[in-house]
Amino acid sequence: MRPSLPSLVNILVPVKRSIDYAVKIRVASDGKSVDTNVKHSMNPFDEIAVEEAIRLKTNSGEPVSSITALSIGPAKAIDTIRTALAMGADTGIHIVTPENTIVEPLSVAHAIKAIVERSQGTDKKFDLLLMGKQAIDDDSGATGGMVAGMLGWGQGSFASKVMIEKGGKAQVTREIDGGLEKIESELPMVITTDLRLNEPRYASLPNIMKAKKKKVEALKPEDLNLDFTPRLKTISVTEPPKRTGGAKVENVQELVSKMKEAGIL
Amino acid sequence: MLHRLTPLFPAARRLTTRIAPPTRRLASSLVLLEQKAGKLNEASLTAVTAAKSLGSETQAILFGSKSDLEKALEEAKKIDNVSTVYTASSDSFAHLLAEAVAPFIASVIKDKGVTHVFAAHTAAGKNVFPRLAGLLDSSLIADITALEASGSQFTRPIYAGNAILTIESSDKDAVKVITVRPTAFERASTESGSSTVEELNESSTATSSTRFLSEELTVSARPDLASASRVVSGGRALKSKDSFDQVLDPLADAFGAAVGASRAAVDAGYADNSLQVGQTGKASFPYYTPVVAPELYVAVGISGAIQHLAGMKESKMIVAINKDPDAPIFQVADAGLVADLFEAVPQLVEEVAKTQN
Repeated sequence: MRPSLPSLVNILVPVKRSIDYAVKIRVASDGKSVDTNVKHSMNPFDEIAVEEAIRLKTNSGEPVSSITALSIGPAKAIDTIRTALAMGADTGIHIVTPENTIVEPLSVAHAIKAIVERSQGTDKKFDLLLMGKQAIDDDSGATGGMVAGMLGWGQGSFASKVMIEKGGKAQVTREIDGGLEKIESELPMVITTDLRLNEPRYASLPNIMKAKKKKVEALKPEDLNLDFTPRLKTISVTEPPKRTGGAKVENVQELVSKMKEAGIL
Repeated sequence: MLHRLTPLFPAARRLTTRIAPPTRRLASSLVLLEQKAGKLNEASLTAVTAAKSLGSETQAILFGSKSDLEKALEEAKKIDNVSTVYTASSDSFAHLLAEAVAPFIASVIKDKGVTHVFAAHTAAGKNVFPRLAGLLDSSLIADITALEASGSQFTRPIYAGNAILTIESSDKDAVKVITVRPTAFERASTESGSSTVEELNESSTATSSTRFLSEELTVSARPDLASASRVVSGGRALKSKDSFDQVLDPLADAFGAAVGASRAAVDAGYADNSLQVGQTGKASFPYYTPVVAPELYVAVGISGAIQHLAGMKESKMIVAINKDPDAPIFQVADAGLVADLFEAVPQLVEEVAKTQN
């Protein structure tokens, strides 16, 4: 084992391949899923997490030694890891799942925990998890807090500002209802990103080329003794109810009488 | 029908009895109540309503400093049909730090045989409950808009509300960990309840290195946007920050409403980020802000981009004032007025004032 400075931080950034935010979602004909034969990209909150990791590493004085991007998903999830590498992550880990497997947040949390625990005792021990506050497909926002609970680590959810001191202490400004809250925690910890944390960079073409040479370790769920059997059974996926509006009024008086009718005034 | 069949097939009846699953544990719910400076968070009262719909015993838990708890309890113990309110006070509980609160709730769940635990899908609920789910090794069933009385089937929006998912939780999730979309449930009444109050000692708290340092809250005399029953919202057509305030403030006052804004208005600097309604695309990716579902939503000078509609289309009555007769907002508005907002809004303020005199 290389004698490393104890203050150096290795960051693990879990990234999810999800349907691109600009795609208009369609419910699939089976009534139990959405049509996934559409453009995918990295979950936007995860882009922010990757960006923050890079900023912590490149800003002088920040004690970050490496950034690893982790994704759990089908073969195509490698594209998402490559995107993270092109942005500036150093290496990748891909837990490859069979096509069309649903991996629930709880399973993802178990997988991240397994990766973190595997790193203990090596010279690349993860001590900071930077992750998106939620994925824009299932909108659960569960994984970050779950991992923090499982590992017994501190958590800074919905971060809009992150500062890491040399001693391995982190100050996180969190977005809460009605304002901001500042907390302090010792590493190791989990930080989840809110939108106001930063604006992610675009990967340049040379960096995309370089990213192809970076190392990505491929693992199977069995390699880590993970069982991805879902606990939640999908009963149905439906379109949201359509709203019927469209009535126009001639003037303000008519508007007011409509509001009276509705019992508002 | 069973009654008629049994004499004919007595054996079949016995068989069914034998293979019937063991009696389920009686459901018992625990609700996390939030308070700030001794005032109960109204969103937590919607979580009580969701819990009570299971028809089983409903208990609640309230954290805070001693003095805040005392104040908040006055209201909390009057919540209808809540059997017990547990309280726990300590410095680490005062700001609902997940590291302190989640293990404590987990131990209460174990002690009291709780099967369903609820919180509102607020910043606090979203912070504490994932950690709680991780500690219990249970799924998190987040942001539900409906639930079956059986307590195992839940409905929740996915893809920013563009699809509605119904799921069934399995027995592997021994405790159902649930957050509730506040706009989807009524608030539980705090009129006539008389629950027992039980003070719990801080004994099982996990040690944690996380400390609360400070908070900065936006001070506003108006109701909070996410929970307001009326919202007046402005778009880019308001032209400047000054005219945004000059036009919308009197209207918000007339209705006793919160002020909201479209992304365009926020990006143009007319309104603060915190006022934005709907999912939208700053720096080319989505923005998730609280969905509003007030009884009245007045959209002033808002064209109605899909992302904005996603944030407000659950409102009971939508009123739109816009110059452009083809603006998409008119497709969802219950009452739409094609007019110059700078003339129509002051007129509306006047008319509303008349009805109140």
